[in-house]
Amino acid sequence: MSTYLIKDVELVSGEKVEIGIADGVIMELSNKASQSYENILDGSGCIALPGLVDLHTHLREPGREDAETVLTGTRAAARGGYTAVFAMANTDPVADTAGVVEQVVRLGKEAGWCQVFAVGAVTKDLAGESMAELGAMAHSAAQVRVFSDDGKCVSDSQMMRRALEYVRQFDGVVAQHAQDPKLTVNAQMNEGTVSARLGLRGWPAVAEEAIIARDVLLASHVKSRLHICHVSTAGSVDIIRWAKSRGIDVTAEVTPHHLLLSDDLVESYDPKFKVNPPLRSSEDIAALRMGLADGTIDIVATDHAPHPAEDKECEWAGAANGMIGLETALSVVQKTMVDTGLLTWSQVADRMSITPAKIGRAIGQGIALAVGAPANITIYDPSKNKVVVAQEQISKSKNTPFEGIDLPGQVRHVFFQGNPTMISTEMVAR
Amino acid sequence: MNAGKPVKTVLEQGDISRALTRIAHEIIEKNRGSENLLLLGIPTRGAYLAARLAKIIGSIDKREIPNGVLDITLHRDDLRSRPPRALTPTVIPTGGVEGKIVVLVDDVLFSGRTIRAALDALGEVGRPAQVQLAVLVDRGHRQLPIRADYVGKNLPTSADEIVRVSISEIDEIDQIVIAGANES
Amino acid sequence: MSLEVVTELPRHLLSIGDLNHDQALLILDTAEELAKISDAPIKKLPTLRGRTIVNLFYEDSTRTRISFEAAAKRLSADVINFSAKGSSVSKGESLKDTALTLQAMGADAVVLRHPESGAANRLAGWTNGVVINAGDGTHEHPTQALLDAFTIRRHLGSVGSDLKGKHISIVGDVLHSRVARSNVLLLNLLGAKVTLVAPPTLIPVGVESWPVEVSYAIDEVLPEVDAVMMLRVQSERMQNSFFPSTREYSRLFGLNLDRMNLLQKGALILHPGPMNRGLEISAECADGVQSVILEQVANGVSVRMAVLYLLLGGNIGVGS
Repeated sequence: MSTYLIKDVELVSGEKVEIGIADGVIMELSNKASQSYENILDGSGCIALPGLVDLHTHLREPGREDAETVLTGTRAAARGGYTAVFAMANTDPVADTAGVVEQVVRLGKEAGWCQVFAVGAVTKDLAGESMAELGAMAHSAAQVRVFSDDGKCVSDSQMMRRALEYVRQFDGVVAQHAQDPKLTVNAQMNEGTVSARLGLRGWPAVAEEAIIARDVLLASHVKSRLHICHVSTAGSVDIIRWAKSRGIDVTAEVTPHHLLLSDDLVESYDPKFKVNPPLRSSEDIAALRMGLADGTIDIVATDHAPHPAEDKECEWAGAANGMIGLETALSVVQKTMVDTGLLTWSQVADRMSITPAKIGRAIGQGIALAVGAPANITIYDPSKNKVVVAQEQISKSKNTPFEGIDLPGQVRHVFFQGNPTMISTEMVAR
Repeated sequence: MNAGKPVKTVLEQGDISRALTRIAHEIIEKNRGSENLLLLGIPTRGAYLAARLAKIIGSIDKREIPNGVLDITLHRDDLRSRPPRALTPTVIPTGGVEGKIVVLVDDVLFSGRTIRAALDALGEVGRPAQVQLAVLVDRGHRQLPIRADYVGKNLPTSADEIVRVSISEIDEIDQIVIAGANES
Repeated sequence: MSLEVVTELPRHLLSIGDLNHDQALLILDTAEELAKISDAPIKKLPTLRGRTIVNLFYEDSTRTRISFEAAAKRLSADVINFSAKGSSVSKGESLKDTALTLQAMGADAVVLRHPESGAANRLAGWTNGVVINAGDGTHEHPTQALLDAFTIRRHLGSVGSDLKGKHISIVGDVLHSRVARSNVLLLNLLGAKVTLVAPPTLIPVGVESWPVEVSYAIDEVLPEVDAVMMLRVQSERMQNSFFPSTREYSRLFGLNLDRMNLLQKGALILHPGPMNRGLEISAECADGVQSVILEQVANGVSVRMAVLYLLLGGNIGVGS
């Protein structure tokens, strides 16, 4: 294993240091390295963050390898500064058995771009009818701790209650995709003034908020851990804030796209803006940013959802939901939260690395940079600006909603367990 | 307005009214009276000229001379060379064109394509006994076998010169000027 | 030879929202001129000779297709009818491939009827030709609104003028109506006041951003208006609990003889068709002296001729 020294880099505290990396761990973290290292890397102008952890990634394998594979998805994650991702369960076959979750984790290990944790399905085939073998997945080699039917809501109250209770035995968490199915039949976009004008069927905020309200009460009742995926409305933020004030063990995530983009973009009818939950109003965006700033929303998760071109190059209603986001997440967070003064870099490290790892029980990830800690490090230059070009994304799919938007910041170096996955903005061949 | 370009006034107010009066007499003479006449002007300025001619003929012959407007836009053969034009209402007096001697009136006769379109447009309205053409200016450069029966003034021009007809109903003044080439 | 400076239309007609006041009036005034052609012994003009117009219909709508076809043929355009009904959005040839095929075949314009909102906007992004929205999902149906305004103006206004000071009510399933969306925009653009009347379940959330008033009491609105436009109510809405029964809908929101008597003398009754007689409108109202429903059909051809002329009659592609 080669050794590396990153010079001239700032910690989130503002302290300027040199970071020495050897044997997979941080050997030194001081203003002047005492040992010698084989490779010297320039960190000037950059901030050192613990490697980012994404609690919500769709890697599409097995089943939709035309959209993304574990290999291409984790490579895109590395480019975005991630050292760990949680692969969502809505693959084909669904990750509802030990076999599938172990396969996903094994593919991640073989690819070597970042650590892959598997999310297990809550119900068999995501059908919402009978519980998947959660214990088998938890005790498999994949050691699943996060369970979600993401893409679908666990809408049956009794099923949700049981799942919340059941996962407690192995310290698991149920990550809910909050969407009342009856209120959102064939829903196409946020229900409001824009949907009224465009004649697209509305996805009302209450369909999310009603489920969140129910689930925090259920979590409170059975004293279990609940996580809310991709919170998208101001009302949801209020409910979660209330639940936390009552001591309910709930955590929540917001996506980069919900922090930046609003539903008036749908006026183009371009399905690159089609996502579930849908883009909301600017009032919702403001509430989400405040919620992330004050800790009501715990983390940023990408909901990276690759789709091949043909699933987006069609009529709005026929298009697939979802956006890719791994490669742009940190830049969007800088633009919406740091440059606006809402978060410090230390808080960014918390919301994009430390807390997501904690929620997902991702051992070895999300550890603040310190001597002896695993060398999962993202070196980020906030001063560079770049206009997003879809075709330049290295994800297998190019469905970014940020095309043409000028985003700040650039990931310069990334280390995963002591090995570089990116050096000087170039991916390092594995 | 025409910075740097030579502008020459070729007909002034008095010249224009004399020319129209002469044309009016020629129309009466050629048709042995004014019975059965119908004057149709081609928008925009031809329509006003037709109305003036009808008034002059009427005052000479002491009778009301019917006149109207014939929009030719939909029959033009140069539609695709520029953005679509707004249509001007076609106005045909009661009695129609059937069996009438229709005198088409326009300000300038140039390539002849406008008159070709006018003949097509007229064919849609009905079947006159005869069609004649009166123009205030004939500037030559015909591209079709068309000639005027009544001409206010023959005006030799080069093809890229611009003949601008002003009439008081629209332009507050009666005059015809030739502007140098390349004026837009 | 003077060149008139005329108002130009946008390249495509996708939404009434793309038009300004002058452009809307230009279409109505042009239609007024073209309506005369329909009365002439020879109903054919050479204006669009050599232009190819494709009627691309993903939904059955015989009346709209025939109306566009008649309009195109009276202007001497070549018309190709392409019925793609049944091609679902997820199966078969995609709309994009169809668009590219039509372009390769040299279509100058595509008239698109599609069950999904925004389909015409998408098509416009994939083709060099002119796209005319002939109804997209529950979004818009611009030529229907234009022919409605044209019909109203013929009775209540005059050529060259708009509908300032007129009060028009749109009654029925506004939520699912592309006709209502286009009409709200156009009537507002032309200066009319618009009142929507429907059960609250059939009014979209977000309607407060529309330039309209909303009422649930048809009997209070009818005496106030210069025209009432009844929208088609699909009985399958009943299954989704938008209203309890067609009988109740008809009782609360249908136009019948008693309600017709509430209208001012000279107030107009419109319906975009096809009608459900006995549901949203009774036979006496549909066939009565105040009804202009058949005129709407006739005016549709003139308005569509105007749209085709103004979009295709010049040099395509230099407009805004």
